[in-house]
Order: sequence, then C-alpha cells, then structure tokens
Amino acid sequence: MNIDNIRNDFPTLHQEVFGHPLVYLDNAATTQKPQCVIDKIKHYYEKDNSNIHRGVHSLSERATKDYEAARKTIRDFFNAKSTKEVIFTRGTTESINLVASSWGGANIGKGDEILITHMEHHSNIVPWQMLCERTGAVLKVIPMNEAGELDLTAYAELLNERTKLVGIVHMSNALGTINPIAEMIEQAHKVGAKVLIDGAQAAAHIATDLQALDIDFYATSAHKMYGPTGVGVLIAKEELLNAMPPYQGGGDMILMVTFEKTQYNELPHKFEAGTPNIAGVIGFGEALKYISNIGFEAIEKREKELLAYATKKAQSFEGLRQIGTAKHKACVLSFVLDGVHPHDLGTILDREGVAIRAGHHCAMPVMQFYKVPATARASFSIYNTEAEVDALFAALEKARDMFA
Amino acid sequence: MEQKREEMFSLGDLYKEVIIDHTKAPRNFGKLEPCSHDAEGFNPLCGDQLHVYLQINDDNIIEDVKFEGQGCSISTASASLMTQVLKGKTVDAFNALFGAFHDMATADMDDEPDEDVLGKLAVLAGVKEFPSRIKCATLCWHTVKSAIEDAGEPAKTE
Repeated sequence: MNIDNIRNDFPTLHQEVFGHPLVYLDNAATTQKPQCVIDKIKHYYEKDNSNIHRGVHSLSERATKDYEAARKTIRDFFNAKSTKEVIFTRGTTESINLVASSWGGANIGKGDEILITHMEHHSNIVPWQMLCERTGAVLKVIPMNEAGELDLTAYAELLNERTKLVGIVHMSNALGTINPIAEMIEQAHKVGAKVLIDGAQAAAHIATDLQALDIDFYATSAHKMYGPTGVGVLIAKEELLNAMPPYQGGGDMILMVTFEKTQYNELPHKFEAGTPNIAGVIGFGEALKYISNIGFEAIEKREKELLAYATKKAQSFEGLRQIGTAKHKACVLSFVLDGVHPHDLGTILDREGVAIRAGHHCAMPVMQFYKVPATARASFSIYNTEAEVDALFAALEKARDMFA
Repeated sequence: MEQKREEMFSLGDLYKEVIIDHTKAPRNFGKLEPCSHDAEGFNPLCGDQLHVYLQINDDNIIEDVKFEGQGCSISTASASLMTQVLKGKTVDAFNALFGAFHDMATADMDDEPDEDVLGKLAVLAGVKEFPSRIKCATLCWHTVKSAIEDAGEPAKTE
C-alpha cells in the first residue's frame, strides 16, 4: 500500500487552507472522493443520463445496466445472499427509518422491547423512539463502561423473549469502539430477536460479511466509503423483506396499478419508489471497487498503525483527555483539552489547515455519559499520514498556548 | 506569506485578549436568586447551554443579571460582556443593543462596529469573519430576549 499513490487519487486533498496544506481529519463525518468515483458520476451525466427501468432507448439501457451492476458490486462487497436483498436508500438514516417503519410497524406491539446500545448515533435511536411512541413498545439501552466498551453481561441480562429487535452500531463514530457484533448477534438470535447493524462508520474500515455474521438488517452510507452523499443501502434477509409492507408508494415499486388495488413489484424494487439517485448509486459501486482494490487487510493494518501513532501522541499531550479508549477501536481520536472548548479548537485548528469535528457527533447520550458538552474529534482514513498527525498536535499546542 | 499574515490577523481578531480574559474568568457567573425573569438558551449544533437570570424592576430597569452554563470561549465571553453592559439598562435599551449587536455580528467584513452604541461589546466584531461562530456570540442575547418576552410584556414606563 503506497500512501502517496493513494493521496494522488484524491483531488480535494491537494489544496491549501489559510496558507497551510489541508490536513483533512474529519473522515468520520465524510470521506473525500477518489478521482475514479468523480469520473464515474461525470460519465453518467455526460453520456448516459436517463431514467432507469423504463426506457427502451439506448441511454436508459446503459444507465439501467450500470445501476444494476452497482447493486451486484454491493452484494459482493458485503457478501449478501442475493441482489434482491440490496435496497438503495438516501443513506443509513433512511435505511433505519425504513426498517423501523415497515418491519417495526408490522412486527412490534405493546410491551415488546427494542434494545440499542449507549453509543448509538441519533439515527439509530430516534426512529426506534418514534416506533415505541406509536406502538407502546419499550426502548432499552445496553450500558457501556468508561473505556467506551459495551457491558456484555448487562446485555445478556437485558435480552429476553420480549426483545424483538437489537440495534447495534458496528463502530462508534464518537468513540471509535468496534463492537463485538458476531457474538451479540448470536445471543440476540437465541431469544428470537432480529438484529440491525448500523455500519455507517465501520464499512470503509472493517470487512463485513453479512452471511457469516447472520445479520438481519444492515444499513450503511456511500459517503463514508469514498462514495457520493445522498445514497446508501439497506441490506436485509430476503424472507424479512418479502414479509414487510412497502415503505413508500410510487413509481418503480409497482407491477400493476388500478384505482381498486395495486400489485407491488418484486424485490428489491418494492422498496425503491420513485426515480432513485442513479448517479449516486453508480458512484457508490465505483467507490466499493476502489476499496476492494486496496483490500481490507492493507486498510486495517495501515489504519491501526496510524491510530497507534496518534494515540501515543495524545497520551503524552498535557491536559488532553481521550474520550473512548476501547481495546478494539479504529480511526477515531475523540478528546477534550483542559481550558480550551472543542469549538474553539475547531476554529483555531482550521486556521492551521487542520480540519476536525467539534461537537456532540450526533451522539448526545455519549456526551452525557462522559459529562462533556462536546468533544473534538480527529478521524483518520487510508490517505492520512503521520506528518498530518504531527500537524494536528502542533496546532493543538498553538491552541493550548492561546488560552494558557 | 501574504496569506499567512492574513490568517494570523484573523484569528487574533476573534480571540482578542479581552475575550480570552472573559473566558477564563467570566463575570456575573452563577445563579441570581430571586430573579424576575430567566430563560435557557441552547445551541443544538454545538451543545452550548446557557441559563440567564434577570432582575427587572417596576421601572423596567435591569437591576441585575447573571448567567451560568457551559459553552465555548466566544459564547462564554459574549455572555460575560453582555451581563456587564446590561446592568442598569432599561429593557428598551436592551432591545436597541440586541439589534446593534446582531447587526455587528452579521455585518459585511469592511463595516466598522458602532462603538458609540456597542461600547465594549465591539470587541466581538471579529465573529463576522467566522460564520460558524456567529451563533456562539448571539446565543446569550437571544436567551435574554426570550427571558423578557416569555414573562409576558414587561410593564412599560410610558
């Protein structure tokens, strides 16, 4: 794995911000896009732009072919059983809302329990709260420890025959914790609960084999995987999807419409009402090919190396408190600094060309757990370097001195 | 090199010494008991939380004002400076200052703040160069406004 070559694939990285080379460390919010993804989207709009699944003309046939080829790429990437299980959405949030609304509406009733973890993103909290309000089901939370690791003993005690669904974030965007989903899924299945995995943060960093893990519902977003924004996927077991009512009604999700009755289309089209984000889906497929070409073995090894380098620096940085120190974590360095609020850090670092995130990271319960209003978060990706980590800490020193 | 000077200038423009001083030692920080008006302010984007307390007398004069909460340097310093300025002012004077402060925070880069009206608050004029930080500076003002309005129309002097 040659970092220089990889960096050359990403045009955005090569620019200056306030006279400093850009150091982009906000990859947990969204990753930059490689040239091949940009070119693929450009090609669609320049050569193939047309609607899919309905035109008999050449452009529509080409667009349909590329759109469906992306579905196949995504099936292969996550090892789903069939392309019928691959539903395109606007992103992880919509994927989870689809499950909560469609599957939840049909399967969750009063007194049922939905179990989520303390480190979920708001997108895997709020849709379940809304479902509980509608149905009278109960939302329960798997606690975590100071390091930001789930309490698996408490999890085992929380699971019972009323548990209908367990929602688990594969990797926490606020802490970097990688959760032990394999054993958690196995335990959930023993009480007959279905499992939804929020893969938004993990998908670009860890290989995920849906069949091996026996995941019922899997949601992720393209834009955190070097793909475009506004497109994501729900991958769910075919038998579950078949039994679920449609989420939205409209074009493309039907076989036959009369005013008396509508016959719904087959999977996966039953859940893809309306003209989708065609260019986005095609770009998504290209992004996954880009990741596959590098390979997860190389990615995981490199990102581990870089996180270890950054963590070591963080540990010896006076006044810095790391938020999230799980044994199994990746790519995220979340912290607070004595005397300097994360927001001021964000602004001061920006003036040094260093882009980080400051805030609650859409995980307010995590902030409440650590009793901090916000954290500063540097998040890494395949194209980041040790020199960039050095630039981060040099900028942090500057910020600390300003408020000293 | 040119750009580098520009950058140094801008950052110093926001984090003036007075602002750092008010961040480290906020004035009028704490609860005011009893008080006639109070309200909470919250910036969901960054998690800043603010609670302001006012004692407004029958003549519509802000006799005392305090604040507590957690926030960044800009929101803390802004609230601290605001409490100093508002003490002894009428509600009408607050409304005028509210408008002037808002104008300053959202003004064009070249506009100079009206120091005759704003006094020491003019030190916060630098936020206009930092669009993501304008709300940090204005949060306390909006919170006082809602404290005054929520309690119903305060008695008018005239």
